[in-house]
Amino acid sequence: MMGRAFAAVFRRELRLAWRRRGQLLQPLVFYALVMLLFPLGAGADLALLGQAAPSLLWVAALLAVLLAQGTLFSADLEEGGIELWVTSGVSLGWLALAKLIAHAMIVSLPLILVGPVLAGWLGLRGEALWVLAASMALGMPVLCWIGALGAALTLGLPRGGILLALIVLPLYIPVLMFGAGAVHAAVEGRPADGALLLLAGLLFLGVSLAPLATAAALRVSQE
Amino acid sequence: MFHRFTALSSPRRFYAIASAWLPWLSVLTALGFAVGLYWGLIVAPPDYQQGEAYRIIYVHVPSAWLSLMVYTVMAGAGLVALVWHVKLAEIAVYECAVLGAWFTALALGTGMLWGKPMWGTWWQWGDARMLSELILLFLYIGVLGLHNAFADSRKGARVAAVLALAGIVNIPIIHYSVEWWNTLHQGATVTRFDKPAAHSSMLWPLLFMGTMFILYFSTVLLARIRVRILEQEADRQWAEEVRRG
Repeated sequence: MMGRAFAAVFRRELRLAWRRRGQLLQPLVFYALVMLLFPLGAGADLALLGQAAPSLLWVAALLAVLLAQGTLFSADLEEGGIELWVTSGVSLGWLALAKLIAHAMIVSLPLILVGPVLAGWLGLRGEALWVLAASMALGMPVLCWIGALGAALTLGLPRGGILLALIVLPLYIPVLMFGAGAVHAAVEGRPADGALLLLAGLLFLGVSLAPLATAAALRVSQE
Repeated sequence: MFHRFTALSSPRRFYAIASAWLPWLSVLTALGFAVGLYWGLIVAPPDYQQGEAYRIIYVHVPSAWLSLMVYTVMAGAGLVALVWHVKLAEIAVYECAVLGAWFTALALGTGMLWGKPMWGTWWQWGDARMLSELILLFLYIGVLGLHNAFADSRKGARVAAVLALAGIVNIPIIHYSVEWWNTLHQGATVTRFDKPAAHSSMLWPLLFMGTMFILYFSTVLLARIRVRILEQEADRQWAEEVRRG
């Protein structure tokens, strides 16, 4: 019963994402556009750009993830899906876990693939590209899950967008610091594995706690 | 025991108890602050390095302590509000967020005032504790903003409680992630248990002021909850009687 419910939610998310695959490209275009804005704003100073690139790549990816959160549960709310989740008798946290894992894959994977390409565009080379991909693979899902919690908390609010950013961005700080820190370390030739391991720790913490918190928020929204 | 606890959680009962305690608590807080400030600002010896300027710690350090403590109280109240749907705990979540945000702002403000003569700058990006205090302020603002976004304040309180609980998991992570930056903040002077770095003639007034800040927080929290109860129960008969005097 639980396994089937999990698989059903998971498959439904992936199928919906695939049928709207044009929308999957939007965060990527946003990511590329923001990465285009920085060099234009900085006056094409290549040395400065190379130094700032790890932070810029991470901040822009973070904003792209944030933009993908706002409507995460709104369709479910309108169609009554969340009500069904709550009354289904299956643990809400378990269903939330299925949705969150699918959501993290849908949002993170394209960004992780595009990140190193944009990094090469900004002049990063060699090992730094691999470290960027690894740090994004570990960090982006955590950003997705924190954002999903924010989306569940602001569910049903008429102007939830700016509020979502307000409550979610402070919680993004550790991931940003470790993620950008790993890439900075790789660029400067220092070992990056410490920061990557910390990111992995956050990933495990996130997958254990985020479904529970999201479930609590969804339950409150249905009261 | 549990019966007494549930009796206390009835708004009407809480209102009566708070009304009886508040005058005493207020007088005690005022006296305590007078003693603590005199002790810290006049009796305690000047610092051999920083002279008289260090005396701002008697406001700065307790504010910083309270900024974290209040967040813990808020998350605790949030847990009670979510699990048992206690009305008082819901009110406490919001009022704690208001007070906590002010303590955080006070800690930041006094820290900047102290930083200017000591480090020669208002703001030091490399300093971990300044940064985590600022992030804490944003966390408080998030809780307040989320609560206020809901027209139904009971629902708003429970949603804000979930955020407060998520925040309490994140605060240590944020703190340590920021700490691993380079820091020029002087190391913690009180929590080194083996041998406190501050001399006891400076430490005792500091601990005393810390206690007085807790007392102040409790007093103001009680007063604010009391007013909020009256507001939310305005259509009940007992509230009507209270208003008539």
